Amino acid sequence: MDIQTFLQQFVNALSLGSLYALIAIGYTMVYGILRLINFAHGDIFMVGGYLAFYGVSAFLMPWWMAVIVAIALTTVFGVGLERVAYRPLRDSPRISIMISAIGASFLLENLAIVLFDARPKAFPVPEFFAANFVIGGVHIASVSLVIPVVTGVILAVLLWMVHQTRVGMAMRAVSTDIEASRLMAIDVNQIVSITFAIGSALAAIGGILWALKYPRLEPLMGIMPGLKCFIAAVIGGIGSIGGAVLGGLLLGVIELMTVAFLPELTGYKDAFAFILLIVVLLVKPTGLLGKNQGEKV
Amino acid sequence: MNTSLSKKPPMSRDKILTLCAAVIGLVLLFVFEELFDRFTMQIFKLCAINIILALSLNLINGFTGLFSLGHAGFMAVGAYTCAILTMSPEQKEINFVLVPIAPWLANVHLPFVPALLIGGLFAGLIGWILGVISLRLRDDYLAIATLGFSEIIRVLLTNAQSVTNGALGLKGLPRFTTMWWAWGSAILITLFLVLLIKSSYGRAFKSIRDNEIAAESMGIDVFGMKVLSFAISSFLAGIAGGLLAHYLTTIDPKQFIFLKTFDILLIVVLGGVGSITGSVVAAIVVTISMEALRFLDGPLNLGFMTTSGIPGLRMVFFSALLMVVVIYRQQGLMGKAEFSWDALSKIGLLPRRGSAAEKGGK
Repeated sequence: MDIQTFLQQFVNALSLGSLYALIAIGYTMVYGILRLINFAHGDIFMVGGYLAFYGVSAFLMPWWMAVIVAIALTTVFGVGLERVAYRPLRDSPRISIMISAIGASFLLENLAIVLFDARPKAFPVPEFFAANFVIGGVHIASVSLVIPVVTGVILAVLLWMVHQTRVGMAMRAVSTDIEASRLMAIDVNQIVSITFAIGSALAAIGGILWALKYPRLEPLMGIMPGLKCFIAAVIGGIGSIGGAVLGGLLLGVIELMTVAFLPELTGYKDAFAFILLIVVLLVKPTGLLGKNQGEKV
Repeated sequence: MNTSLSKKPPMSRDKILTLCAAVIGLVLLFVFEELFDRFTMQIFKLCAINIILALSLNLINGFTGLFSLGHAGFMAVGAYTCAILTMSPEQKEINFVLVPIAPWLANVHLPFVPALLIGGLFAGLIGWILGVISLRLRDDYLAIATLGFSEIIRVLLTNAQSVTNGALGLKGLPRFTTMWWAWGSAILITLFLVLLIKSSYGRAFKSIRDNEIAAESMGIDVFGMKVLSFAISSFLAGIAGGLLAHYLTTIDPKQFIFLKTFDILLIVVLGGVGSITGSVVAAIVVTISMEALRFLDGPLNLGFMTTSGIPGLRMVFFSALLMVVVIYRQQGLMGKAEFSWDALSKIGLLPRRGSAAEKGGK
């Protein structure tokens, strides 16, 4: 393998990894606060992609407006989902909430099949994102550059928000101990809603970027990215935003680099993430950057 | 005479009722086979297969309290093992067009029952191995790891072309799953689970579910019991997979995507997590209504307007039902309760216990 092919693969891996990272942040924030795998996160991602599609193709909005509207609507949708499906079960056994999350994901997928049609739709990619340029023999689609930049900016904003603002402080408090933060006069419901809003907005951005990168919308498109990004969040250490980004990048690099160097393993691509997950869980269950939380009796 | 009656009646009444129910059940199976056309019988057989699947998932999720989402994978292992073992060498040659079958498998040809058992045992073995690896994890981590295993199994099945024929799947399997095999297995497995749950093993499983640390301090080998429960559950899933393969006569890896696990989870949750009766009833009800509600996918006449057929509406109904049950009635149909004749007399469907004996005494 020459250096050019390597760089090409590296650019691809970086862009895929940043996309994984973006979605993984949403998982990690929700998990950090509620200890809940939001199985429906991947489907919120799908909803974001579809809303942007309908904004452009049915309501004929300019693409930037469609994107903003799609992100806003998806955010509202995610917050609503939490209120309907998760809030009533907050004090129930964890398995119930997880089944509810699975049910929500199942419902969204089937609803999408009914509402959006099971046939794949072609996502309209604006020219700006479709542009392709060559640097030193490496082909780069501009969307591959946009994705890492977006992820980087969002990461910086979130880290500032979580560590420097009052809302962020409240979030950290709730994730440490819900009961105690309630006693400290933190409105837990509001914090959970804010977290879901951020997570859903990130999922929508991720969904739109995904659709720009792979311009094909399907009702079940969120399942695999959703699972992989959850795995990325676990690898990085769930609950840690930096960890989610690290896990996402790692997963993207491993997936694409393995296929590039060992092409005979291409068929096994979808299994890498799961194998990696199981190895990490067995060797270091808290993930790379996770904190160890003792088991309570 | 009188004294012996007054001592024994409660037991013997239940025994007589059970015996009657068993006889009626057998007669019904005969009648159904004579009465119904082939399509209805197919659904009826599917009920039995779904009972086995729901029970095996309930054993691990409901009774041992380990949230596993890997069932589709174990079904796939059972289905493929059983299918490959029962296919005749000629059938294999027809199927394996892209890549020839591995030589050591080409001439293996077994009757249905040993193949089914080997399929189940192989799934159980895989379950045991994966259990040893993953059962150190808990709750959601376990769920996602088992889900991962089931996806890894599916990817392996898609890629091991010389053994499984890859994405093309296996076609033209003999239709071995008759009604007697399907329902016979379902009844045997139900009885086995009832006895298992009542045994010391079953008590150990339930104590792990209720409080792992307390169970451990009572001297229960928590890890060993978890692995055992996981292996038994995988074995049963493998058997159900084998039955399903020879029921559908065509299998391919896509059928065993993890969404299949969700279908079974739906049955278990509706029936009641931790109730054998609930799983059996819900398996039958859900299977039949899945077929009965097929009209939802076709054109609908709502009185004031007619829709032109919305494929997928049926699954929307079932997923919405799952959500409603989890949010408003977490215990499902039965909760952790089981069927008993006493429960029937309590709600007034049967005379109270002992009243029969009083009549006999007079």
